[in-house]
Amino acid sequence: MFVVVVGCGRVGAQVARGLVEDGHDVNVIDENPEALQRLGGDFAGGFIQGVALETTVLEAAGIERADAFVAATNGDNTNLVVAQVARDRYEVECVIVRVLDPARARFYEERGLVTVCPTRTAIDSISQALRTFSATDGEGA
Amino acid sequence: MYAVIVGGGKVGSNVGRALLRMGHEVSIVESRPQRFAMLEGEFEHMARYGDGTEISVLEAAGMARADVCIAVTGDDEDNIIIGQVARGQFAVENVIARVNDPRNQQHFDLLGVAPTVCATESILSLIEHEVPQHSLVHLVSLRRENLDIMEIGVVGGSRADATALGDLPMPRGTLVISVLRDHVGRVASPETVLAAGDQVVVIAEPGQESALMEIFASE
Repeated sequence: MFVVVVGCGRVGAQVARGLVEDGHDVNVIDENPEALQRLGGDFAGGFIQGVALETTVLEAAGIERADAFVAATNGDNTNLVVAQVARDRYEVECVIVRVLDPARARFYEERGLVTVCPTRTAIDSISQALRTFSATDGEGA
Repeated sequence: MYAVIVGGGKVGSNVGRALLRMGHEVSIVESRPQRFAMLEGEFEHMARYGDGTEISVLEAAGMARADVCIAVTGDDEDNIIIGQVARGQFAVENVIARVNDPRNQQHFDLLGVAPTVCATESILSLIEHEVPQHSLVHLVSLRRENLDIMEIGVVGGSRADATALGDLPMPRGTLVISVLRDHVGRVASPETVLAAGDQVVVIAEPGQESALMEIFASE
């Protein structure tokens, strides 16, 4: 499949590398040209420098033929807007959006976006780890 | 009326001040600490500190009982999210949003955040109006109605010159509203006979410009 990834930070870059390793075509968009370094010198996918809100940039990245779209910049609102543009304007079949704020993530999930909320995951994992501890070692502590 | 203004820059604070003077109730949400301190000095408890794209901040600002939400931050993605959350989460009926970069207008339209105001676009259309490059000038776009209002100069020797409006083959989805002649505007009727130099105001569905130019502005 062909995937467009917006945001080449820790998350976006690793997702893109993993996809290429699995044999998929990937184009990554980031406004900072230096973000390219995160992909490593051997990255076989494409890199487009630009602001993802601009349709010319999205189209240069091939969004019109994308099977999947990942919005993973460090801005929740940028991610939520470009994800909706990918879904509603370019009719990309699979759109995944990273949202740090759990409340906003829930709001847009209820409106049909596939959201990934690292904050929620951290809260759940930490709480679970503490519950496990309290049920065993921490007994009576 | 209760208005929640998100973004306390020049636009937000001036709108807030004007609404207060008109006797309305106002809250202004601002996320920059320094700017907030300034606003608090003037607006006191009506200024609220926080990220206006966070649902809890909007809730604390009383968005649930707002009659109107005015999203005027300097970031278009923020204004879009504020508009969507105000409508979707708080059922605010009236949302007015500022477009900072005219290239983002299409995103506001696509994602249902309307009406919008864009200073750049307004200035450009004023320039077009004051210094016309063409004999057709867009006056207003009624986005929700999907209609444009435009002004066209009647060119001598065109199809429209010396012809009654009722006899013109107007394209479907267009209507002449008024005729301006010698600085006097009159509501148009089918009997109005046009002359070169008249300015007609036309309301039209989008995409009729070339058909209208053909009638009014081609010799």
